[in-house]
Amino acid sequence: MRRMIAVFALLFPCISFASGGTVPLTHANNDLRDRASLQAGAKTFVNYCMGCHSAEYSRYQRVADDLGIPEEILKKNLMFAGDKVGETMSIAMSKKDGKKWFGVTPPDLTVIARSRGVDWLYTYLTGFYLDSSRPWGVNNLVFKDVGMPHVLWEQQGWQKPVFEKVTDAEGHSHEVLKGVALVDEKDAKKAADYRQTVRNLVNFLEYVGEPAKTVRQDLGWKVILFLAIFFVFAYALKKEYWADIPH
Amino acid sequence: MIKSLVSWIDDRFPLTKLWNEHLAEYYAPKNFNFWYYFGSLALLVLVIQILTGIFLTMNYKPDAALAFASVEYIMRDVNFGWLIRYMHSTGASFFFVVVYLHMFRGLMYGSYKKPRELVWLFGMFLYLCLMAEAFMGYLLPWGQMSFWGAQVIISLFGAIPYIGETLSLWIRGDFVVADATLNRFFSLHVIALPVVLLGLVVAHIIALHEVGSNNPDGVEIKKNKDPVTHHPVDGIPFHPYYSVKDLVGVAGFLIVFSLVLFYMPEMGGYFLEDANFIPADPLKTPEHIAPVWYFTPFYAILRAVPDKFLGVVAMGGAVAMLFLLPWLDRSEVKSIRYKGIIFKTALTLFVISFIGLGYLGMQPSTPVSTIVAQVFSVIYFAFFLLMPLYSQWDQTKPVPERVTMP
Repeated sequence: MRRMIAVFALLFPCISFASGGTVPLTHANNDLRDRASLQAGAKTFVNYCMGCHSAEYSRYQRVADDLGIPEEILKKNLMFAGDKVGETMSIAMSKKDGKKWFGVTPPDLTVIARSRGVDWLYTYLTGFYLDSSRPWGVNNLVFKDVGMPHVLWEQQGWQKPVFEKVTDAEGHSHEVLKGVALVDEKDAKKAADYRQTVRNLVNFLEYVGEPAKTVRQDLGWKVILFLAIFFVFAYALKKEYWADIPH
Repeated sequence: MIKSLVSWIDDRFPLTKLWNEHLAEYYAPKNFNFWYYFGSLALLVLVIQILTGIFLTMNYKPDAALAFASVEYIMRDVNFGWLIRYMHSTGASFFFVVVYLHMFRGLMYGSYKKPRELVWLFGMFLYLCLMAEAFMGYLLPWGQMSFWGAQVIISLFGAIPYIGETLSLWIRGDFVVADATLNRFFSLHVIALPVVLLGLVVAHIIALHEVGSNNPDGVEIKKNKDPVTHHPVDGIPFHPYYSVKDLVGVAGFLIVFSLVLFYMPEMGGYFLEDANFIPADPLKTPEHIAPVWYFTPFYAILRAVPDKFLGVVAMGGAVAMLFLLPWLDRSEVKSIRYKGIIFKTALTLFVISFIGLGYLGMQPSTPVSTIVAQVFSVIYFAFFLLMPLYSQWDQTKPVPERVTMP
């Protein structure tokens, strides 16, 4: 404990560290109002992500209602563990096992889009490349030495890293990771489809991060319209009262 | 019927008297401008915070194992919970927006000067209390920034010689920020501080109504009373004139408030920080810990000082300076309208420094930014400490007898 306190005390003068991201993020260009995309994303999520990641603050029923998925289809296509529709989207894998298998517990993904942002998620999910030095054989453009395997590799095809030679201020040249490229060019069509799959998945993650987002956007302008009208009346009332104040 | 009810009450409670003293017959200067909206708006935001806070408390769980999930429960499963929560989180930031503008108004028009020293002091205690309230409230969502922000700020108490370590341990109730800390911060946030806050608001308003409001000209309207009515000739009853005018302010404010609330509740990470959507993890320090925007000017001053203890002293001193303002300003006039070039320059530099410090406090510190922060900090303190001198040297203009209408 003493050591921890010392760490905090030492931390405070240099409280911030520069973050290392150098690769520019690709725009996800997802559309929260595109229901088909959200449904497809939900399907990918429960089929691939939910093996290890939960969305434990979200309920199946809410997702089905918001995305327009009938209960039958919900039960058949999105729920595999025999949960009840009102239950949260939790998983069977324990956090302890997760830590043992992957080095870190796979995080809950309910609000991941709110902490990482959709563009980061999109770049991350399309940014896996082969790296034989890693336990799962892959590394990631925006998440160096990530603990997650490339679960969706069959849909994308393998990618290799692209390095660029950079000469620094002192004249030393070294290689900098610039991007990724397909190992096999024949996977181009597949990779294009995969980008759409990821876009749908990221779209779903943004939705599940804040299910009320479109609700608040739809309500907001009505409230503001009311307030604008109220403002006009309040201003007229003020004018009327103040007419008798001598200048 | 209503008349007899009122007189029945008046025989037992000074209802009409209170109404008249504070509203219908409280004479306020007739030349209030835009800057005079923020007092009533601060009161509005306080009401919003209390009402939404009551409803949040019904579903929030002050338990380290449940807090984060209970906030998400409010955002998802409680009817209009997202609205209530965003009103509260947006309200917190807007409280500071409004209060900073309110304080700046006082700075411009010399509203802290005699006879309004106590109005200013009560206001400053309100500000202090509000900072504590906001700081403790920010721990409650139990996200990474909640946790590490609190960790860093509480550890500052550890810099106090001899008692520091024990003091920060006592504040946390544990060796690190933990369940005990969350629970006590919850208690202080929902009961202790709001009670003090409300008491201070009452004191602030009673003191104000005792001495009367200042105005953009800094003219004492009570010095010029109508010989027949004994009301100030430049005064108008607060109600209805300023109640209807403030209603316009309320409508305008709520439009801006709603734009943020409905369309950018995170305000690009300034009102709700991205990292706070990750549950608190005592074993994982975030890459960049920054307090919420309203604390960053003081945080930048803290970081600008190389020594930890002296940094804490400087940070405390920066807030303490504001308390001394009524006795630092030796100018003969109140309002900036009649002050000379020295004060205007000093105030401009002060505003630039304060905003500059606020910006730097949000950024990771670099050697260059530290030097800039040091320069701004010196200007910040110089504004106050040199005021007794420059406020006397300043060439003031003659103050008119009567207020001037905008």
